[in-house]
Amino acid sequence: MKNGTATRKAMSWFWLILGLLYFFIPLISTFLFSLRGKKGVLSFVAYQHVFADPKFLQSFLFSLQMSVYTIIVGLVLIVPTAILINLKIPKAKPIIELFSLMPFVIPPVVLAFGLIKFYANPPLTLVSSPALLVAGYVVISFPYIYRSIDTGLTSMDLKVLTEAAQSLGAGWLSILFKIILPNLRTALLSATFLTFATVIGELTLAVLLAWPAFGPYMAHVGRDLAYEPAALAILSFMMTWGSISLIQFLSHGIPGAKSEIGGLH
Amino acid sequence: MRDSLQKERFGRKGAASPEKAGGALLVHAAPRSKSKAWLGLIPFFVFIFAFMIIPAGSLLIGAFQRNDGHFSLVNFSKLFRPNIISSYVVTIRLSFTTALGGGLLGFFIAYGICLGGLPKGTRSFMSTFSGVASNFAGVPLAFAFISTLGRMGLVTVFLRTVLGIDLYASGFNLYSFWGLALTYIYFQIPLMVLIIQPALDNMKKEWREASENLGASPLQYWLHIGIPVLLPSLLASFILLFGNAFGAYATAFSLTGGLINIVPILIGAQIRGDVLHDPNLGYALALGMVFIMTLAILAYSWLQKIASRWMK
Repeated sequence: MKNGTATRKAMSWFWLILGLLYFFIPLISTFLFSLRGKKGVLSFVAYQHVFADPKFLQSFLFSLQMSVYTIIVGLVLIVPTAILINLKIPKAKPIIELFSLMPFVIPPVVLAFGLIKFYANPPLTLVSSPALLVAGYVVISFPYIYRSIDTGLTSMDLKVLTEAAQSLGAGWLSILFKIILPNLRTALLSATFLTFATVIGELTLAVLLAWPAFGPYMAHVGRDLAYEPAALAILSFMMTWGSISLIQFLSHGIPGAKSEIGGLH
Repeated sequence: MRDSLQKERFGRKGAASPEKAGGALLVHAAPRSKSKAWLGLIPFFVFIFAFMIIPAGSLLIGAFQRNDGHFSLVNFSKLFRPNIISSYVVTIRLSFTTALGGGLLGFFIAYGICLGGLPKGTRSFMSTFSGVASNFAGVPLAFAFISTLGRMGLVTVFLRTVLGIDLYASGFNLYSFWGLALTYIYFQIPLMVLIIQPALDNMKKEWREASENLGASPLQYWLHIGIPVLLPSLLASFILLFGNAFGAYATAFSLTGGLINIVPILIGAQIRGDVLHDPNLGYALALGMVFIMTLAILAYSWLQKIASRWMK
């Protein structure tokens, strides 16, 4: 019996260490690699080069802007929908959940193909407008946004809160802005950071719709240079880590909150 | 006439809620506010249809058309060209390999965490960790693997100079199938940890204790309890990982520069320039992909339903 527990413990450690090695070896290699910009010594030269390139800032700001638009459009579209469904039409929930599986069925590369085909010709020529890129990003991040908001809504007593507010004479606007949204703060922030983490380095839609975004910029640098891509990888990793840690920190202690499963691969 | 109508209305009102007038009012108001609520869903549905369903549907229509616009099934027969068949085969093999490899490793890690015996913070640490790692993909992930296992990568150099193992001389190449597979496994493992954890948490400690008290060996426990309970969740997770790899474009594109023959890369190349000299064949290619993903998600939902029997 005792022997069995010890074996089990050893096995747990074995798999955990194997997993950590798989995770950390590439990270450490990348970090060390990024320090070799100058021959013979370890330095942050590669990082300096990255920051000195005006295209770095341009493309990063472009993607940042796109992620802000995506977050705004996504939240404006999905938050009222999720509230309505939870409060008034629970019947529609399976439909929305079905839709939230669709971005899985239609991978970004196929989505880009469809958007380009459909919006290339008049009367709906949107291909050259950044609006189409934002629309694509909203479609891609919709499942994550919806899931965070839905978790937030189900974890508060939406019906009781609204009825209480109504019986005290509150109108719909004040219920939305004074009751629901403040209670939804955490979920809104999670959705925001997750969308940010998804959009900021996104490659597929940006490259296929031909936008000078951060993802295509990184891919371009990777083709021409050796150490700068490693520095970019480390910077991206730190951004992802920051976003996800914030989400986990924020959603700590919310019943039913799940770790966010996402990412575009 | 008017009297009888009024009577009826009053009668209904009385039947609905004799004790509260307010209740009756609500009963009357409900259908109207309900249909109004449905109206509130319109913006969302319009958006989803305009930017997901209809564009994807237009590919579907294109797949059934000849280049001159006539209805035809000719594109699907072209899918059986050797280079297209081989790209589907490679994509399926890649997705299968990485779903299996990442799935097994992820499962054992998650199981180890569930068993306990690891330091206290391991669980929350691993969950943050898996969140980060499963989101760390695309271009930066490709760079990380180039710095690690590329020709000049630190691990490649370390193995060659310190241990005398020359990876590239022995046939390994990061920019080919196995290199891509190792890179995909990097995001498959944490994804598996995240999705299998809830199922593992539902394995009651009492089940194992009860079976041990009844004299079952660990093998018997797994054969008769563990595996039957976990199997639907395991298969569902496997399918999700499979689909996750099947649709992946960014990582493969930035690692191989678009040189590996997998379906997403082929579709991407078709968009970037007409490599197939046949846009309608491109639509059929995309449709084939959507078809496989649909099968995957259907199987996933079905298995999840079975698995949820044990979730309480």
